[in-house]
Amino acid sequence: MAESGVIPIALDTATGNVRPLLHEIRHALTRLLNTGEPTVIDLGALPLSETELEQLQAQLGKGEVRAELHALGVSLIQETRYSGVWLIRHMNESQESAGMFIEISKMPELLYAQMEDIQDGLGRLEHELNEQPPF
Amino acid sequence: MPKNTLGEHLRQQGMSRRSFLKFCSLLASGMALSPALVPRIAQALEATRRPSVIWLSFQECTGCTESLTRSHTPTVEGLIFDAISLDYHHTLQAASGHAAEAAREEAMKENFGQYILVVDGSIPLDNPGFSTIAGISNLDMLKETAKGAAAIVAVGTCAAFGGLPKANPNPTGAVPVSDIITDKPIINVSGCPPIPVVITGVLAHILTFGGLPELDDLGRPAAFYGQSIHDRCYRRPFYEKGLFAETFDDEGAKKGWCLYKLGCKGPVTFNACATTKWNEGTSFPIESGHGCIGCSEPDFWDFGGFYEALSRPTGQTGKNAVYGVAAGTAVGAAVWAMNRAKKEEAVRGHEKLTMDELNREGEES
Repeated sequence: MAESGVIPIALDTATGNVRPLLHEIRHALTRLLNTGEPTVIDLGALPLSETELEQLQAQLGKGEVRAELHALGVSLIQETRYSGVWLIRHMNESQESAGMFIEISKMPELLYAQMEDIQDGLGRLEHELNEQPPF
Repeated sequence: MPKNTLGEHLRQQGMSRRSFLKFCSLLASGMALSPALVPRIAQALEATRRPSVIWLSFQECTGCTESLTRSHTPTVEGLIFDAISLDYHHTLQAASGHAAEAAREEAMKENFGQYILVVDGSIPLDNPGFSTIAGISNLDMLKETAKGAAAIVAVGTCAAFGGLPKANPNPTGAVPVSDIITDKPIINVSGCPPIPVVITGVLAHILTFGGLPELDDLGRPAAFYGQSIHDRCYRRPFYEKGLFAETFDDEGAKKGWCLYKLGCKGPVTFNACATTKWNEGTSFPIESGHGCIGCSEPDFWDFGGFYEALSRPTGQTGKNAVYGVAAGTAVGAAVWAMNRAKKEEAVRGHEKLTMDELNREGEES
């Protein structure tokens, strides 16, 4: 069994997709500035080697905002050092990676409070104040 | 048909709007759709009524159901599975005997023309007694249930192409669904078993867009079966360089070289294994050191042996294709183009290549 550890079953073959991806982000940022239109890029749909993914993340770096969302598992939302470019990593409830996206927007859609949830929250608060006031 | 919409159902399950949007993002990704479609998917899913699904299992091993239900949970697959109204599935349902059949008949009556029929397993034509459910032959049950179906999803290679039961000499006279039902849209989700997210991706597509996804020439969703395993294989660079493992324990195998000579059917197999992967996205057979066995293709059991290098069909590809293997040209594309066009003739007329032949031709080139 010790031998199996040296078999490179997961080879790291470069795809050359990092640079085109960074240009796509540049175009998306220009579009955001000029028209306000957001863009989402699904990293799962692009072939990227492990090394290239690390290179991409290193290039994007970390900006001022980091948010953690708890909905169907944890989602980590990190603003990159390019304001308006967000790296979003979704995990499922078993903490397994479920998807990775780059969102180019003023604020990721998932961070906004959603009207349906606000409505639910209001209903709960009203019910609690009427039926079982905490204070 | 259940009265509540999918959006209402998910909210009743305690799913927040944020969770729903995350779900839709992952669903779009799973269906290989652009993230730009997420708002449309969310809108469509919220408004759709949970469809009635009748799942019939014929000559099969239950591996397709296992693939779906044993996938990592909770997941997009699990949520989509919850989002349908599974009215009949004799492996999963609690009811049995007459009560089970009554559930099928009721679902058919109430949702006539609207339900989705999922079939796994092939259908024996030689003798109805080879496979029956509640005393009803598979053939009769398929014909009866298909009448009111809006669409049929043939899950697994047995339902899609005949699979193992149809393998030579086909003792039961097994045929796929499409040989019997010709007046309904059929989506083939082949694989032995199929990738779970592909099964649910098809259901999600029907739910979201109210129609069939784009299909390839074998009736499979192009989003998942549009490229060969070989096209997306991480070992492809070794193939291009002519670097092949010769045995499962030689230096080439240890260095992760291409498994073509060890019988890998990646060049003629269309599926999403290399990108979607298996076991929580851990790996796929080639990544685990074993060649692809071609399980999502018609007649894959009769390809000539899992460990035999790809067959050279007589008069179909000629010697150049074989030279291409060692020379590092696009032989994969040539072989599958032939395979897609003349698959049945090729399988019937193929002659096997020995390892010696491959080696000799590699040296010649």
